[in-house]
Amino acid sequence: MSNAHVMLGLLSRGQQHGYDLKRAHDEQFPAARPLAYGQVYATLQRLEKQGLVEPVTVERVDGPDRTVYALTDAGRTELADWLDSPEPPSPYVSNPLAVKVTLTILAAGEQEAHTYLRRQRAAHLDRMRDYTRTKTEPSSSLPQVLAADYALAHLDADLRWIDTALQRVGALTKEITS
Amino acid sequence: MSTASGEKAVALSARSLVYSYGAAPAVKGVSLEVARGEILSITGASGSGKSTLLLCLAGVLAPDAGEVRLGDRIISAESESERSRLRRSQVGVVFQFGQLVPELTALENVALPLLLGGARRSAAETAARTWLERFEVGGLADARPPGMSGGQSQRVAIARAMVTEPEVVLADEPTGALDSLSGELVMNQLVRVVREAGTTVVLVTHDARVSAYGDREIHLRDGELDPHPADLLDAGVS
Repeated sequence: MSNAHVMLGLLSRGQQHGYDLKRAHDEQFPAARPLAYGQVYATLQRLEKQGLVEPVTVERVDGPDRTVYALTDAGRTELADWLDSPEPPSPYVSNPLAVKVTLTILAAGEQEAHTYLRRQRAAHLDRMRDYTRTKTEPSSSLPQVLAADYALAHLDADLRWIDTALQRVGALTKEITS
Repeated sequence: MSTASGEKAVALSARSLVYSYGAAPAVKGVSLEVARGEILSITGASGSGKSTLLLCLAGVLAPDAGEVRLGDRIISAESESERSRLRRSQVGVVFQFGQLVPELTALENVALPLLLGGARRSAAETAARTWLERFEVGGLADARPPGMSGGQSQRVAIARAMVTEPEVVLADEPTGALDSLSGELVMNQLVRVVREAGTTVVLVTHDARVSAYGDREIHLRDGELDPHPADLLDAGVS
């Protein structure tokens, strides 16, 4: 996913200038890193060169000129194609927790790996409590709740792995130290 | 001993609790404290003893050894009829399912604990209606459980547990029979209402996402409390 596609998507609501796009982005995607203005303008210029957006007017309200952009037909087609194609499911093959378990077994032993996993479990649970608080906060917006849900689902997946790994530390120790 | 956080008054505690089913010990010397207004999660695999522990805390089961204290009362030493009266007034219990009386309407189900406690029908029904509305199922007052969805009947069951405004609510897998979105909505509502009311909650669950609604978690393994990893460090066990 690129910022360019995100800009195209936000412009589908109607013509906007860069400042509005930045604000809409940060509001709609609270879990994402806030966009820098420079990034927004650079992206809009690139999209303009590609013929996907076009400047429609220049606004001036108590400050600098603001170019208002709109989607072109080509931009609408590009957006529709992108929205239609599923994101490649991430393989999640890199698991830093597993690496740490193996190295703990090698460097310190089975009991230490067990203790490490239990500490990791507690750290994950603390994090899950934070996200759950965000979720139950009456002032949270639905995008914030959904972002917290996404984080919770991933932490929960890690936690299930930790619980399985806890039951297998002994077997794993035998296998990698034999 | 798992202690309540901070300096708050202890609402519920257990000391060296033991309970066996025949020769098989299910809870082996568990001690814990729950602070007033705290939500404590108890997690553990199936068979770890967490439901048995909850039944002891609720006064449903009398422990073989150890004591359960609710405020200043040692409830584990009280008679079955005293404990049963206590469950109708000061302790609310919520199970996974099968707890509503199918022949009664939602309103009658929620009013029941008050009526059993000797309240007048009109007062009991007014209170029941208020609690149904608090859980956003006021519209179901005249419906009977067989016609309700899982999420709806669980809200009614929680309203019934709260209607006596108990000091402590004990919940065993309260969302275990629900799909994840309904479960989440029920949990959000439960937490919002108990926070407002300042109720102390003990929440038994195998699900980390449900457990995360608690302020603190304790983990049971084979009937015993797992020491918190931080305590392992303190004790130098690693």
